[in-house]
Parts: sequence; C-alpha cells; structure tokens
Amino acid sequence: MLGELFKGLRTTLRYMFEQPVTVQYPEVKRPVRERFRGKHELKRFANGLERCIGCSLCSAACPSDAILVVPAENDPENPTSPGERYAATYEINMLRCIFCGYCEDACPTNAIVLEHQYELSFYDRHTSIYTKDMLLVPPDQGHGEIPPILEQLGNKRPSPPAQIDL
Amino acid sequence: MNILILLIQCLVLTLGVTTGFAYLTLFERRVLARLQNRVGPNRAGPAGVLQPVADAVKLFFKEDIIPSAADRWVYLIAPALAMIPAIIIWAVIPVGCWNIGGDYRACFDPALSGELNNVLQVADMNVAVLYLLAVTSVGVYGITLAGWASNNKYSMIGSIRSSAQLISYELALGLAVLGAVMIAGTLSMQEIVASQSGMWAMIPQFLGLVVFMVSATAEVVRAPFDLVEAEQELTGGYNTEYGSMKFALFFMAEYIKLIAVSAIAVTLFLGGWRFPGLETLGGIVAESSGPGMAAFVVGIVSLLSFLGKVAFFLFLAVWIRASWPRIRYDMLMDLGWKRLLPLGLVNVIMTAFVVVLIPNRWIHSILLFVLGIAILYATARYGQTVRPRSSIEFAPREPLPSTAVEQQSP
Repeated sequence: MLGELFKGLRTTLRYMFEQPVTVQYPEVKRPVRERFRGKHELKRFANGLERCIGCSLCSAACPSDAILVVPAENDPENPTSPGERYAATYEINMLRCIFCGYCEDACPTNAIVLEHQYELSFYDRHTSIYTKDMLLVPPDQGHGEIPPILEQLGNKRPSPPAQIDL
Repeated sequence: MNILILLIQCLVLTLGVTTGFAYLTLFERRVLARLQNRVGPNRAGPAGVLQPVADAVKLFFKEDIIPSAADRWVYLIAPALAMIPAIIIWAVIPVGCWNIGGDYRACFDPALSGELNNVLQVADMNVAVLYLLAVTSVGVYGITLAGWASNNKYSMIGSIRSSAQLISYELALGLAVLGAVMIAGTLSMQEIVASQSGMWAMIPQFLGLVVFMVSATAEVVRAPFDLVEAEQELTGGYNTEYGSMKFALFFMAEYIKLIAVSAIAVTLFLGGWRFPGLETLGGIVAESSGPGMAAFVVGIVSLLSFLGKVAFFLFLAVWIRASWPRIRYDMLMDLGWKRLLPLGLVNVIMTAFVVVLIPNRWIHSILLFVLGIAILYATARYGQTVRPRSSIEFAPREPLPSTAVEQQSP
C-alpha cells in the first residue's frame, strides 16, 4: 500500500520539473491548422481589383443567413472588380455566422476565404456586423490573374446580361 | 510597558498569520498547478503575487447573505467561533527565539529559562501542549454550529461528518503529542524546543511523527481526508450557506489551522526554531558585536529556520493533495480508530518502557527509531483490512442451446 502511495508522490513531483503544457494565451498564440475556418476575408486579384463580383451566391449558400450582398454596376472607366458588377455592400453578421465555409465553396471567383483570425469578440450587437472594409484585404495583397471570361464580361459587353453564367 | 509589548506581539502575530494564510493560498495554487503540469495564477501582479489581494477584494465586495430560515445569531457567530481558536493556537508556539535585552544562551539552556524574555513567542505557558489540544478541539464548535444554524440539510450533514472526523482523529493526535511530551519531559513549548538539542524528537518519535502527521492532516480536513468539502460529491459541506467574508473566515480558519499544525509538528518533532550551528553562530556574533546583536541574529535566524521547516510541511500538504485520491468515509473511520489509535497507544507504551529502562538518551532514541520503523513496516505490510467476502455464489452460466441461435439467425 505504501509503495503505491510513494509512486503517486513521485509521479506528481516529476511533473513539477517539467515544462507546463499551458500556453500563455494573449502573449503566446498557438498557430492554428492550415484548414482552420476563422474570420472571412474578401480577396483581390494581383492587379488590385476585387475578386467579388457581387453574385450573392455566398449569401444564397449561407445556412444561417449571415451574409448580405448588395451588388452594383461597375463603372467601365474605373472598375472595382472585373466583370459587370461588384459588391457595393458586403456584410457578414458574426453573431449568425457558424463558420461552416459554405460561402467559400459557393464563391465562383474564390473571393471569400475563411482565414485564421479567430479573435472576434465585440461589446455590442451592432459591432458584430462586419462590413466590407473590415473584410477586404489591402490592394497590394492581391493574387492570381483575372480569368478571361471575366475580362470579356466586363469590357466587351456593355449592357448587363440577364444572368451571369460563369 | 509589558502590556504594550504584548499588544504589539499579538497584533504582529495575527497579521503575520493572516498574511501567511493569504500567501499560503497562492503558494498552494501555484505549487498544485506545477504538480499538475499547469501554470497557476500568474496574472495579478508579477508572478501572481497580488492574487490574494484580488481574492480578498472580491470576497469583501460580495453580497452578504443571511438565509431567512437560518438561526441568525448562531449563524453570525459560527465563523468567529471557527476563526478565533485557529488564531489563538499561535499564542504558545515559539516561532523563534529572540531573547530581547538578554543573553542568547537562555534560548538553548532550559536551566536559564527564568531570565528568558522571548519576543517571538506570545505566551510561554507551562501547560502549552494541553492548551494546544484544548484549543484545537474548540474549533469543532464553529463547524457544528455553522451546519446547524444554516438550517440546511446538506450543511447539517456536512457539519456532522466534520465533527465526527475531528473528534475521531483528536485521539490519535493527542497520543502522538503525548509521545513527544514524554521524550521532552515537559509541557512547555519553549522547553520542548530546548530539550531537542543535538537531536530532533523525530528520531525517537518517528512513529509519533507519522501518526501526528496523518491525524493532523485529517484534523485540518486536508486531502486525502477532505470528505467534509468533497466538492465533487457535496455542495460544500458545513459552509454551503455562507458567502462573502463569512465564508472567507471559514476558509481562513482551515488554512491557518493547517499552518498551525505544521508549526506544532515542527515544534514537537523537528526541533522548532532550532538549526544546526545556531548556537555556534550566536557565540561568534556575541564575540564580535556584543550580546544584544547576538540575541537579534539568533532571533532572526531561528525565525527563518522555523519558517523554512513550516514551509516544508506546507509543501508536503500540497504535494499530497496533488497526488492522492480522497479516501472513503468508512475507510477514514477505519484508519482513525483501527490503525492510528492503536499505533499511537503502542507508541506511548513503547516510549514509556524504553525511556525508563534505558536512561542513555542516544541509545533509547536509536532503539525507538528502529522500533518505530519496524512497527510502521509491519502495519503497512500485514495490517491490510480483511475484505468482506460475498456469500453469494454465482452458478456457472450455461451455454446457449445451439439450435436456438441458429433459428434466430436466418
């Protein structure tokens, strides 16, 4: 009986000289996994144009109805995005979002991506709505070339088609 | 003038003990966390040193609730009844020896104790050990009355459990103390410490020390005997209905009692404030800087030595809490009445015989040490509880008829 008791004492004493497993959170942040689904980001192409073409497919795919997209016509002289339209308003309600990633799957231009930022606390419900300027990446952080079909839609057909067929 | 010194002594001691309690909670939480591979509270102040302050502020600002069905006055008095004995235990414990305005040698020589004016001990009673046993028993009243006055079944059951545990283990505790008193031949704490020159009483009283530590752990309801506040099973025991500072008083009483029993164990078995070479140190300082300085240096070093020994016992308590599971209530009573009480009795009888038959201090100490180890080993090896054997015989299970199985599976 005494042997077991001393064995228990020895075990705990050994742990005392080991490094604790605790991560000191606000100072030290453990990296998340590659496929972690955190805060959304609206991406850009390499030339700085927004990837989002305002198609609202993300909004339609969203199971919790967290995304609001209000599209608008691109100005042909100074387009915001390739293609005919862009998202004039893009809002995600972070209280509703369940981080399922369906919007990411639905997006035809890979505009919306769930990234690794997970510190999303806020003090009131109004600030839970993330607007477009909070989600959009800076212009110099674009990547990828514009697919030819989007160029064609944006520049060669001035009037909006009844349906975007990508 | 003497009254003033006494008041200052009391104030410093009370504040010191209360601060000790506050930092014991931090020490426990940090050490417990490290033993469990965690970090523990390290946010309030550097390395968490302000955590006790934050806890105290929180408890002070909580709402003070008195249940409407409670017996109001008893309910209010019970925390004080638990707290006061825990603090007044400290009156007789010599936390060091600073013979102010006198010779440092009086600390070490009981023959000179008439001229001893130790400011690090509030009262040097000649029946200090009896006082200790009496005061620790009085603490049960606070717990019992708290459970009763709360007018809550859980509190009542918790307090009954608690009282039963405290009363059971007091016997073994008293017997263990008796062994140390027999070796020292006196009931005064100062003389008990003085009598341990050259050899701490834990050598002749090894068995006594073990019995004392186990029953003291049960007496202050620490793990693995913390059935009273088994938070996984009970709401909280006798203090369920208490909140705010009244709860803090119970909490404080428990921890101060833990420090106090560690201090008593140190005084009775580990030579109190003694430290090897302390007397030589006093002599060196007395030659170079005079007797007043020597008394001061001896006082400080003895205080530090005492605190170090107490800290060792406190670490032991935390370590045990981190390592061992809680024992069952019947096992608790079994251990108290069937193991520790006989062991304590054997220790008293053994000590009495050996001390009288062999007058040489060293020989009887070594003999008692060997006997103590042997008895402990025999108890651990052969003293297993006989498990109740079930009288029910289970018939061997018959195999299922093979045809039935085939029919069910087409």
